[in-house]
Amino acid sequence: MKIVVCVKQVPDTADIRWTENNTMIREGVESIMNPFDEYAVETAVRIKEANPDTIITAVTMGPPQAKDVLKRAIAMGADEAVLISDKKFAGSDTWATSHTLAKAIKEKIGDFDLIICGQFAIDGDTAQTGAGIAEQLGIPQVTYAKEVEFTGGNTVIVKREVEDGIQRVEMQLPGLACMLKCDYEPRMPSIKGTMKANRTPIAEYGMEALGLAPEQVGIKGSPTFVSKAFRPEQKEAGEIINAPDAKEAAIILLEKLKGDKVLV
Amino acid sequence: MSEYKGIWIIAEKTSDNKITGVTLELINVAKELSNQLSGEEVGTILLAGNENVEEFVRTISEAGSDKIYLIQDENLAQYSTELYTDAICQAIEQKKPSIVLVGATTTGRDFAPRVASRLNTGLTADCTALSINEQGLLAATRPTFGGNLMATILCKTARPQMATIRPKVLAKPEMNHGTSAQVEQINVNLDASRIKVKLLECLDACQIATQKIEEADIIVSGGRGMKTAEGFKILEDLAKSLGGAVGASRACVDAGWKPHCDQVGQTGKTVCPKVYIACAISGAIQHLAGMTGSDIIIAINKDPEAAIFGVATYGIVGDVFEVVPALTEAINAEKLTAVCG
Repeated sequence: MKIVVCVKQVPDTADIRWTENNTMIREGVESIMNPFDEYAVETAVRIKEANPDTIITAVTMGPPQAKDVLKRAIAMGADEAVLISDKKFAGSDTWATSHTLAKAIKEKIGDFDLIICGQFAIDGDTAQTGAGIAEQLGIPQVTYAKEVEFTGGNTVIVKREVEDGIQRVEMQLPGLACMLKCDYEPRMPSIKGTMKANRTPIAEYGMEALGLAPEQVGIKGSPTFVSKAFRPEQKEAGEIINAPDAKEAAIILLEKLKGDKVLV
Repeated sequence: MSEYKGIWIIAEKTSDNKITGVTLELINVAKELSNQLSGEEVGTILLAGNENVEEFVRTISEAGSDKIYLIQDENLAQYSTELYTDAICQAIEQKKPSIVLVGATTTGRDFAPRVASRLNTGLTADCTALSINEQGLLAATRPTFGGNLMATILCKTARPQMATIRPKVLAKPEMNHGTSAQVEQINVNLDASRIKVKLLECLDACQIATQKIEEADIIVSGGRGMKTAEGFKILEDLAKSLGGAVGASRACVDAGWKPHCDQVGQTGKTVCPKVYIACAISGAIQHLAGMTGSDIIIAINKDPEAAIFGVATYGIVGDVFEVVPALTEAINAEKLTAVCG
């Protein structure tokens, strides 16, 4: 089994602060592996534990410092890692990102059975790159996955969570799964794993090495364009209900809700 | 690009065979967009198997769609990523709409990126507002960075301009009983052997006693301070008295007190009910990202410094195990009901 795991380095969105002029302060914001991608790596490593001949390749597209998340993936149990990096990739939207990643997987990783991604990245929150990669590679996908089981053969059994509950589906390989939060937690990198990550060379490819043209990548290769970014309207703190006991507080609150016409 | 005209909505059906609420919301917003585009046609795409589509057609007509484009094929009776993508791409190539709107449901977010990727066009995810800008382009606004930043996104050079839109954020249309839209069949070529994912079974882990949180008008949500799974009993009682659903913070899901499908927040669901009652929830930014779109937020927490009070319309500083049962009792005593819709 050959697995490709796509990971992304993201700012920890819980750290984001604002200036008085409503511009985002990016300095001092910690960079982390996208939490959903941690589940993707964990899922791949679990398949490898059950099928020891599995090879896991972690891939990321980002600036040079995005190597950190590849090292983390290796420390968690991936075997090798590929960094897709080029200044010309800056400003890529989900179309350009999935096109570039699909090209890199096809050209530089080659034969694979399964690609595992996170369902969303917590910065962009689009949930579009995984499906875009699958489309570009012409392979099936299962989104909103919570578990991937490989028992040999040419398929995987995937549990996915949709509005109506949990589905179990069987996907033919090669295919792609996008992971939600799973019922198991991603492991912490071990000391042995961290040492392995430090000595594993990371392959790096830019636009030309992937056979891409300038108009296919970055801002030029992106059909969408951010015309405006602004801070959302902040919810103001409302009213604290002061009452001598819980019963009184409940009655005052219900009067307020009747006044707001949400209760009759 | 000038041959691309009209605004399309891809209709979605619920598992009990109704047109989804978000489909109706999209028809409504499409009519507003059409007014800003000198009355371009609002067309709704209906994909169906060989079943009777009369009810679907009636609902879509009454919501105000000018036209219904019907794609009927026995292979479309059940959703598949492959054939929905094939059918929608072929329909777009034949009819060339300028804008295509899709509900940001698990199904919509499954096929829409494949359609956009295949047609080499732009797709803006999970939007909360749509308008037409001064150049006549679709301006799609969406939250990003965990709700910390709003971005307005344009697709200038490719068509159609596509967007998925978060359910329950935009207004529903007034249904105009008796209206009937023109129905036009679109013929597509579908090959069932392209389906590579087979549904084995549905386990409805989340269809417990209460409603689904993403559809509820009232959500009673619990945090770490509920202490145990049994602690949620008082929240279920309150939700029942209001006809609402029960949600939970990440801590409670990680502790195994509630299933993940009930989790509100960044690694769970984003909800926008009329009333969100946060019980013993401190208000971490990841949780706030999932619920600050609620109309009215009520916070009940022992800690007067809890961040949740910073976004709450009404706050009660007190013990949830006293305040919540008192609320339920008062609601039941006064026989109050929630105004829904």
